[in-house]
Amino acid sequence: MASSVLGEAALLSDIPVRMSEIHGMAQRGGVVESAMVFGDARSTVISDGEADVLVGFEPSETLRALRKCNKDTVVVTNLEPSPPFTVAIGKGKYPDLDELQKLIRAKTARLIAIDAVKLAREAGNELSVNMVLLGALIQTGKLPIKAETVKEAIRSKTKQAFVESNIKAFELGFSAAQTERN
Amino acid sequence: MHKLLSEQRGKKMLLLGNEAIARGAVEAGLAIGATYPGTPSSEISAAFFEISRESDLYFEYSTNEKVALEVAAAAANSGVRSMAIMKHVGLNVAADALMTLAYVGVKAGMVILTADDPFMFSSQNEQDNRYYGKLSGLPVLEPSSVEEAKEMIKHAFDLSEKLQEPVLFRTTTRINHSTGIVTLGDIAPVKTTGDFVKDPFSYVTVPAVSRNLHVKLLKHWDEAKGLSEGSSYNFTEGNGPCGIVCNGVSYNYVSDAVKDLQCEDKVKILRVGFSNPMPEAVVKSFLKGCEKVLVVEEGEPFMEEAVKAFAQEEGITIPIKGKGPGQFSRLYEFDPAMVRRVLADYLNVAYEPAGVVDVSDLPEIPQRPPNLCAGCSHRATFYIAKQAAAGMETIFPTDIGCYTLGVLPPLSTADFLICMGSSVTTSCGFSKATKKKVISFIGDSTFFHSGIPGLINAVFNNHNFTLFILDNGTTAMTGHQPNPGVEMERLGLSGYGRIAIEDVVRAVGVKEVTVIQPFKVKKSIEAVKKAFEYQGVSVVISKEMCTLYAKQLKLQRGQRYRVTDKCKNHRDCINQLGCPAFYLRDGKVQINPMQCTGCAVCAQICPENAILPIKD
Repeated sequence: MASSVLGEAALLSDIPVRMSEIHGMAQRGGVVESAMVFGDARSTVISDGEADVLVGFEPSETLRALRKCNKDTVVVTNLEPSPPFTVAIGKGKYPDLDELQKLIRAKTARLIAIDAVKLAREAGNELSVNMVLLGALIQTGKLPIKAETVKEAIRSKTKQAFVESNIKAFELGFSAAQTERN
Repeated sequence: MHKLLSEQRGKKMLLLGNEAIARGAVEAGLAIGATYPGTPSSEISAAFFEISRESDLYFEYSTNEKVALEVAAAAANSGVRSMAIMKHVGLNVAADALMTLAYVGVKAGMVILTADDPFMFSSQNEQDNRYYGKLSGLPVLEPSSVEEAKEMIKHAFDLSEKLQEPVLFRTTTRINHSTGIVTLGDIAPVKTTGDFVKDPFSYVTVPAVSRNLHVKLLKHWDEAKGLSEGSSYNFTEGNGPCGIVCNGVSYNYVSDAVKDLQCEDKVKILRVGFSNPMPEAVVKSFLKGCEKVLVVEEGEPFMEEAVKAFAQEEGITIPIKGKGPGQFSRLYEFDPAMVRRVLADYLNVAYEPAGVVDVSDLPEIPQRPPNLCAGCSHRATFYIAKQAAAGMETIFPTDIGCYTLGVLPPLSTADFLICMGSSVTTSCGFSKATKKKVISFIGDSTFFHSGIPGLINAVFNNHNFTLFILDNGTTAMTGHQPNPGVEMERLGLSGYGRIAIEDVVRAVGVKEVTVIQPFKVKKSIEAVKKAFEYQGVSVVISKEMCTLYAKQLKLQRGQRYRVTDKCKNHRDCINQLGCPAFYLRDGKVQINPMQCTGCAVCAQICPENAILPIKD
């Protein structure tokens, strides 16, 4: 959803965009990885170490995707864990959140870590976590897309009943990222 | 109106590759489409199914890919444009029809879409279906991008009509599941009805006829060669001394790499989009201007072998590389950095790989494998089967669907799998070759797809095993498509037949048939034990709707459950069911009420009866 809104915003801004997503087992609890490439490149995938921005919807997954980053990458992550089932059956240990943030900060240019679930609730819709993170992503200024254009895309891509909460969530994410910086 | 039916010519839309392909077919005036769903092709069919309800398109979910291809073949031989859509391994199922349809040919355009899956994101193998073009003698088209896919599919219909042969349209996952900006074109009027003119000496493939048809096919092959030579989908770029031959998404990685390495003046690129037959004269003249050539293609060395053969014919002895150590692999998919690295070496230019962050000191991240959903009926059935088989030495042949995820612990109910329908047939072999109790699993859609012939074989040859048919009322794995057992009325659709699995099983002569409701655990275990004792073929039909499908249909879910203080931490729930709604807090099992669907299976197996409904 976040990537389709962002794609729509790129289309509205007349910026070439391509993306690819692996979503075969999404509903069965597997990991979903989306890549978005803006500009005149033809590839739709991003190799390890080559992402300018990484947005993680779940902290341990942000850590897992860190191989996509280099020292100049900006990382945005949700801080609310959603532990995989392997943890429940004792086949793995969930990483410590403080250590996780420390590691990402040390290895990349900037980390914006926010409790997106809390902000989504504040926006009136717990399912708008993706819009919160999208707001934070746009705040980084790493993408050539304006906040206004994203809001326009949100209005056209989301169901009427959710437009208001989605926009609110986007704004909360945007200002949370601003606060992080200061 | 469906977004893919928009009449706004010139409008730019952000479309998934599969949507772009569907739109291209609509623009081409597709009249009849048929499919068996399979990732990564499924969204094409999903779009057609929706479009068919508001346009002249006829679209069906066929029982399997062979059926789909034959439905489309008859339509095309009646003069209407048709399409059969399937994943790469689906073409194996349809291969019998494909090989001889090539002899017969078509009258109107027919496109067979085969969606290959390099890296096997959701497939059992990563076979390269370009070889089906070679094997059958049919043309193969391969797009490099979402935009090109939409245009190329239109061309595929024209090409098919020109050659009077079906055309193979080969995509890979990164085309199907990529998104790009597509410009809409005009929608051609649909010719929905044609006519079939009797001509048995062209259509009935008895040996005397086929001997003539093979001659015709080779003539068409020669014509196809000419069209491939002149195809605008086979084009060259640049004038440098280092040749690069590429196709599909590899072309994108090559283009980006050449730009990144600033090597435009060093290379000459031949992009092959019409890859079977390979454009012989184009390749030969390309080779003459090169000092060396590198072939960049995912999968098998399909083009590389052709290029080397052409070079040999011309007496060209320049180095031609492709697959091999230090070059490209036949394994998995490519990515931009991989292609850039090999190209830098090939072009002898400096290349600093991206400084991937050091991940060696990261804490171990718990794996997140896909898992059966909370409240999945398959989990209950697997638990029941294992309890009923306690103490037996077992073999569990399984099949293709969500239930293949039973392979993971704690369920561990998958021991052997090769393809659709193989659960039933390999059970026949295992029960003859071993002394173990053979218990196999197949889903409802897969049973209709290719399970029935195996079951008939088992009855006829008097094999000894128990087959579970997991009837969850939909084709769940690929996104809840209809199958012949689905109640179409629930989807608001009328005019369909419905086949009851139990009737089929009894009709083919299975004497021991048990129907269970897997959420009634104890009763089911007793019933299944009896089925296991039976000598011969016994079938257990486990009927319970897919929980995701039930949610989609907005059917009421049961009361949710919680773990009460009575819990003594036996953890049978977690250790034997492994439902993802469970989690541990302070060493105690909890149930996430957001995930619990109220199947109550855990409540029935808890030794302390500690799992109780949440009182609203």
